[in-house]
Amino acid sequence: MEVVRGSEWQRPKPGPDAFERPFFEAAARGELLYQRCPKCGHVQFYPRAVCTACGADPEWAQASGRGTVHTYTIVRQNGMPPFKDELPYVVAMVELPEGVRMMGNVTDCADEVGVGTALEAYAVEFEPGLALPFWRPLR
Amino acid sequence: MSAREPVIVGVGLSDYPVAPRLSTAQHHAQAMQRALANCGLQKRALDGYCCVGMGGGAAEAMVMAEYLGIDHRYVDSTMTGGSSFEFHVQHAAAALRQGLCEAVLVTYGSNFLSARGRTLGTGGFGGRGARVHGPDMYQAPYGLSLVGAYAMVARRHMHEFGTKPEHLAEIAVGVREYAGLNPNAMYREPITVQDVLASRMIADPLHKLDCCVVSDGGGAFIMTTAERARDLRQPPVRVLGAAGGQTHWNISQMPDFTRSAAARSAPETFAQAGLTPADVDVIQFYDSFTITVLTLLEDCGFCAKGEGGPFVAEGHLRRGGKLPLNTDGGGLSSCHSGMRGIFLIIEAVRQLRGQAGPAQVPDAEVALCAGSGGFLSGIGTVLLGKA
Repeated sequence: MEVVRGSEWQRPKPGPDAFERPFFEAAARGELLYQRCPKCGHVQFYPRAVCTACGADPEWAQASGRGTVHTYTIVRQNGMPPFKDELPYVVAMVELPEGVRMMGNVTDCADEVGVGTALEAYAVEFEPGLALPFWRPLR
Repeated sequence: MSAREPVIVGVGLSDYPVAPRLSTAQHHAQAMQRALANCGLQKRALDGYCCVGMGGGAAEAMVMAEYLGIDHRYVDSTMTGGSSFEFHVQHAAAALRQGLCEAVLVTYGSNFLSARGRTLGTGGFGGRGARVHGPDMYQAPYGLSLVGAYAMVARRHMHEFGTKPEHLAEIAVGVREYAGLNPNAMYREPITVQDVLASRMIADPLHKLDCCVVSDGGGAFIMTTAERARDLRQPPVRVLGAAGGQTHWNISQMPDFTRSAAARSAPETFAQAGLTPADVDVIQFYDSFTITVLTLLEDCGFCAKGEGGPFVAEGHLRRGGKLPLNTDGGGLSSCHSGMRGIFLIIEAVRQLRGQAGPAQVPDAEVALCAGSGGFLSGIGTVLLGKA
């Protein structure tokens, strides 16, 4: 996925520990990660130190960076900066073809977003070497 | 009733919906005083305590047991969000049956509105400069709000089942009608479906009037055994069944956006009581948002999954309907001080004693309380019955 660097990040910043850091480091390289269990095949997101299905150690897996809107909302009131200055904006649950869901913003979408809208991921660096995924309609 | 059957004997509310002079601790204290006076039990008889709150941090039960002077043999600080008190009923009922204690006090108190304003629903999960950790790292940077989380549940229900904004609005209209009968309710003027749809959109598809109020307020109830209840002031209310469960905590982890843990806990609750949804005369459901009620209605078995919208549109939840909802005016119109689950139990007791005044449901013998905590995450269902 495309990586946007050098943006002035105003939003809450993730403070990952050593175990959680690979997800954000991968995003900064343009790779979207989720987890797969080598023992039972279960897939999951957010990343954890344990498979929620069988209890084994999950492994990182790379997603395609495509997804569809499972459900969404258009937030029109949020009292907290910087979000209050960005209203309205779309928060969605994105269903990945790999079988997991991620929350994210759908940007560059005007009023074309709906359940089922096809999306592609891009990443925005929030500090050097660490990024978060965002989504926009697949063109 | 067997001697050790758990019953609820005393209930009390602290001042609401706006009580700027009361601290959180004072809400707990006032509610306890009123619950004791209500049933005539002496404070020294309390030997069990359940408490959770948004004020005292993780150790709220310890802090409040000290403040109130509760010398407990049994204590429970289970925190599942707004449904905590339904879990407390489940746990206290088992403790009373086992003989771990004889009289359990449950309290909640909050000065949420006076202390923090109306920031709960739209304050977000962190703003500029915040460092977020754990699961919040995958939600807070996207500007998720509490209302937005429930809005995604409503959107999915609409997509899968054709549920309409008018269906959700009907829930708010019915609860407001009951609020008109409660002199203390925050909002009492009647509203129409059109009023709900015309109110400001907070997070599509939820309008302002799809959302609960933010208020101050606290409550208390006292549970004891049927035997101990005999010489008390009020007719006891029986705990016929209580069960709970969890499908997720964070909204992003909700496995099915149209189904809550009530889909499992409600059948378990009915089975304990040997009853079915058709036996229920009145419901007290967590109404943080209109969609909360709709989801719980389906999961508790009052209609099939997906049919909540048309079911509600038939007017069953209204005053005079077959399943009156939130007869105190609910969180939607009367009182929501952060965690509302305790008020569900208190209002059900009032109904089953026949003490609900103009809001009394005629011949109410069985009430179902369904508490929801978090984001339809932790659900506790409790069936109460007239003795």
